[in-house]
Amino acid sequence: MAKMTVIFDRCKGCELCTTACPKQIVALQHEKRNKEGVFTAYCTDESACIGCAMCAMMCPDCAIVIEK
Amino acid sequence: MAVVFERPKSLCDVRLHYCAGCTHGIIHRLVAEVIDEMGIEGTTVGVCPVGCSVFAYNYFNCDMIEAPHGRAPAVATGVKRARPDLNVFTYQGDGDLAAIGTAETVHAATRGENIAIIFVNNGTYGMTGGQMAPTTLPGQVTTTSPYGRNPKTAGYPVHVCEMLSTLDGVALATRTAVDTVPHIRETKKMIRKAFENQRDGKGFSIVEVLSTCPSNWGLTPKECIKRLQEECMPYYPLGVYKDVDTNVANAELLKMGGAI
Amino acid sequence: MEKVLMKGNEALAEAAIRAGCKCFFGYPITPQTELSEYLSKQMPKRGGVFLQAESEVAAINMVLGGAATGTRVMTSSSSPGISLKSEGISYIAGSDVPCLIVNVERGGPGLGSIQPSQQDYWQATKGLGHGDFRLIILAPNSVQEVVNLVVRAFDLGEKYRMPVMLLSDGLLGQMMEPVEFPEISDKQADKSSWAATGTKMEREHHIVNSLYIEANDLEEQVVKRYEKYAKIEETESDAELYLCDDAEIVVTAFGATSRIVKSAVNKARAEGIKVGMFRPITLWPFPKKQLLDATKNAKNVLSVEMNMGQMVDDVKLALDCKLPVAFFGRTGGVIPTPNEVLAEIKKLNGGVQ
Repeated sequence: MAKMTVIFDRCKGCELCTTACPKQIVALQHEKRNKEGVFTAYCTDESACIGCAMCAMMCPDCAIVIEK
Repeated sequence: MAVVFERPKSLCDVRLHYCAGCTHGIIHRLVAEVIDEMGIEGTTVGVCPVGCSVFAYNYFNCDMIEAPHGRAPAVATGVKRARPDLNVFTYQGDGDLAAIGTAETVHAATRGENIAIIFVNNGTYGMTGGQMAPTTLPGQVTTTSPYGRNPKTAGYPVHVCEMLSTLDGVALATRTAVDTVPHIRETKKMIRKAFENQRDGKGFSIVEVLSTCPSNWGLTPKECIKRLQEECMPYYPLGVYKDVDTNVANAELLKMGGAI
Repeated sequence: MEKVLMKGNEALAEAAIRAGCKCFFGYPITPQTELSEYLSKQMPKRGGVFLQAESEVAAINMVLGGAATGTRVMTSSSSPGISLKSEGISYIAGSDVPCLIVNVERGGPGLGSIQPSQQDYWQATKGLGHGDFRLIILAPNSVQEVVNLVVRAFDLGEKYRMPVMLLSDGLLGQMMEPVEFPEISDKQADKSSWAATGTKMEREHHIVNSLYIEANDLEEQVVKRYEKYAKIEETESDAELYLCDDAEIVVTAFGATSRIVKSAVNKARAEGIKVGMFRPITLWPFPKKQLLDATKNAKNVLSVEMNMGQMVDDVKLALDCKLPVAFFGRTGGVIPTPNEVLAEIKKLNGGVQ
């Protein structure tokens, strides 16, 4: 049981996290822009998240919190 | 559930001004993680450069000093000599460290100044809009090398770690990258070693981190990572160029082909 | 306390140690050499740091770093070296960090000469680097005053959180005179509100910085600094007045030149000429009120300097063009003689009669 949370207004939508996820379950959503005007990253399949924190390690903006 | 990964405490809880996908933020976080893990936030003083990371003083929770362009190693020397009990690090880009601040860098290194230097090499002057840096690759197009850097007229890039590894005062000279999680982990390990070297009085440590500049390279962050791997890393091989603990020196590294 | 015979440069160094200076960062240059040589011998024995930097530029930035921790720090150089330091001086002023910078002036421009000069008056008082800022500039005229002003320089710098320059010259630096070291209090200003000493996890982090990216923020900062400067002009300006009460001619001179002028004034007095001398001890703030007082009975003013006429501008400004101001100077490392100055006084005296 693990959870990846993106801090909505801190994400700059750079997509580096999407390259780091070994489960390939991180992507940009295209529904809601944050206050910086960007579409942010999210976990496409929470049940598949293993909490490895590789997305968070790759994030330049400390915009990802991992719980396990 | 418990939080297993979040912002380190010594990194201020503010939005970084860096462009989307700029890897400065990763390197900031690694420095802060090391400071947290060593429990030294209260005794650390950081020195910022001039360049994109000039505002680093707003990002680290420890005391910070903003140095003139290139002079961070001299400013750090002043801090360390006045207060040897403090942990002192500089955070500098390639224009700052390897062009205008070359003398300060080389002499702090050869004095064996007991400080840690985090050197972010992205091959361009980011803050001023992408001019040719001392580390710009041959052939690379920038705003001041519009036809590509021609070594015949603009000279060759500076290999900072290779150069500094020849100096006796250097305890650690290593080049890492932040293109992948394994390399990010290695970078953190080296930053930690630089701070530990200082704690143990071993002398000058420099961690050169190959970084990206999406805005001025004119590439997406993902494309930047690819370029870093395909163009920059072959020209600037990752590896430990000097480590007084393991007696690694430049010559040995060349035999090893420059790999970590 | 008993007097000892010391060279100006060495007395300056000794005074700095006694004033609590813990770090010296410098680069070799004539004619300040004895100063750094003395400190290289003494600092390690007396719990201080002597570090010879790779350049003048590095030295002044080491001063910035050391002083940013609240430590008493100094550097010394001579004219061409001060030019190289000007970048760092501007940053130090912009970061509100106190320190002592010594300029043992020599001839210029360029590599110039190594002989005594006062050619850096403009640089010191008006152009030590880019931007709107001031340094307190102290100009001693004897080895004893060098000692006294070094102590005052550290105190003033800390009181106002700004760099202070002691403007000496090759003459004072090389001159040997008996000197007495005053009892010096080891009390220093409280720097805990701004110095980068590590937060100890007990306070917000301190940022020692000269960058204000918003124009309005920078303007506010500079205006605040100028309010401080105004207070300094009001309270810290200092001058020596010599035989000025009835003087019809007032000769202005600073630093070593004032010693020559004093001889000339004495000779002129012996010949019955009513002449006095006005010597600013603080070049910035320029002691305007004291000059007005010194010239209350004057009909003529003569500025004598070891340059082509620099302080004379400030003399004219202070007098607001109400008195004719003449100038006499030697430059390039040439020292004026008392007789030359006497001849200039006599020219003016002739004009008055």
